[in-house]
Amino acid sequence: MKYTQGQYPIIEKKTLAKEMYSFVILCPEAAEAAVSGQFVHIRANGFTLRRPISICEIDKNKGTLRIVFEVRGKGTEEIAKLNKGDLIDMLAPLGHGFTIKPELNKVICIGGGIGTPPMLPLAQIYGEKAVAITGFRSANAVILQDDFKKTGAETILCTDDGTMGVHGFVTQPLEEILKNGGVDAVYACGPMPMLKGIAALAKQYNVPLCEVSLEERMACGVGACLGCACKTKKNDEEYFAHVCKNGPVFNAEEVVW
Amino acid sequence: MADLSVNVAGVEFKNPIIPASGVFGYGREYEEFYSLSKLGGIATKGTTGTLRTGNLSPRIAETPAGMLNSVGLQNPGIDTFIEKELPNLLTKDTVILANIAGSTPEECAEVAAKLDKTDVHMIELNISCPNVKQGGAAFGTSCTSAEAVTAAVRKATSKPLVVKLSPNVTSIVEIAKAVESAGADALSMINTLLGMRIDVRTRRPVLHNNVGGLSGPAILPVAVRMIWQTANAVSIPIIGMGGVSTGEDAIELMMAGASAVQVGAAIFTDPYAPIKIVDEMNAFLDENKIASVKDIIGTVKPW
Repeated sequence: MKYTQGQYPIIEKKTLAKEMYSFVILCPEAAEAAVSGQFVHIRANGFTLRRPISICEIDKNKGTLRIVFEVRGKGTEEIAKLNKGDLIDMLAPLGHGFTIKPELNKVICIGGGIGTPPMLPLAQIYGEKAVAITGFRSANAVILQDDFKKTGAETILCTDDGTMGVHGFVTQPLEEILKNGGVDAVYACGPMPMLKGIAALAKQYNVPLCEVSLEERMACGVGACLGCACKTKKNDEEYFAHVCKNGPVFNAEEVVW
Repeated sequence: MADLSVNVAGVEFKNPIIPASGVFGYGREYEEFYSLSKLGGIATKGTTGTLRTGNLSPRIAETPAGMLNSVGLQNPGIDTFIEKELPNLLTKDTVILANIAGSTPEECAEVAAKLDKTDVHMIELNISCPNVKQGGAAFGTSCTSAEAVTAAVRKATSKPLVVKLSPNVTSIVEIAKAVESAGADALSMINTLLGMRIDVRTRRPVLHNNVGGLSGPAILPVAVRMIWQTANAVSIPIIGMGGVSTGEDAIELMMAGASAVQVGAAIFTDPYAPIKIVDEMNAFLDENKIASVKDIIGTVKPW
């Protein structure tokens, strides 16, 4: 089975920042099948539509998945009410994840805001070969810094208002690194303008692989309803791909920005 | 175990539950969860004469007890459907209703003529899609155009023909009668109700298409009412749909006059919804000592 649906126990709940929560979920089947960049589709009690949330950690030995999410509206507010010991109704793992190439020597993982969590599994895989650049609005929104440090990756923290780390956007340190060359891959998740800027820089500096994780309003989560369309191109022909099945991770060259 | 089988326009269904067109693609994604043979039938994604790319995103919005969609009939076109999807579907031991649409009566007839040469079990003609500019609901909102498109498709095929009606009309009963007189073998109803949501912070509609079709539990009572009124006015069978998410919801539509029931948005909430609904219907019938689900069709006792 590629994906499965069930009710799984939450074995750890943490508040990471204001309205930002971390759940560790015991779901051996889904954890075994999961790869970095995939997402889970969570039922919010009382709502018709599930909420797609990216996977932040995969532990195949313990059979757990970790998700980190932000309360964005009433649905995520409902999910945030769940506590340790409660069951979470989840459809997982879904979507097409990042391309992992163990032979690469230097990769950059870039997360913006709530786009940061899916970068953690990549940093865990590449370890010292990775640079993790994370950007947030302000110091009070910063999450996962200790987790990234534990991976052995070099970490660079940016805030829009300069209250912590580098003052400015993630694209500034990215360009500094790219100028020195030797980067094999860039992976990114975050707001569209940030991804667009990253994709442009990766192209400008001829990075061989640039993959971005996109977001769209979603219904089924499995590729049946065609709700989460995003414009992509292959061989100069534009077409609608679907974030849930063809993505959420796309080659930046294929995205119509 | 009650007898769950039903018959619609001469086609035998092992149970009355059919995933509705648009939510279930061509079945492949849901086969990961369960065998499609457990379903009474499958209404496939609306398919047109040629490939359609659909509308810009966002195409989906949450609403109280439901959702809006404006996918806009994205599909690969009838030739690809017949070549790549239908043969697979026909091996699944379930009734296949090929849902079709078009911009003109001629396009609908052409699509139906192509399906007529296949082994598909039924054709469901969509004259009620609210998300496309030409055709779609434009056919379904006047008696003359509904009659004309139904007649054109009727001429093109001898397959059992189900016509899917729009609720976005003054009198669905009049449209139903027009479609019946034009040769439809059955009706399916209701398609989505036209709706809209606005993001009050950006003042932008949530859907890029501005408006879209409302589905989900919110529309159940509208479906019950329209099916009941229509069942009293026509003599062809009705496949009911609209907000069904439990076995009792499905029983309700059947008591209102439906011979079978499609399930839509509930599948997004729970992919197993169609299977659970079948089980719940069976439990209801057993509890109430009703031997066959056919015995409840149209049995509402109005005041």
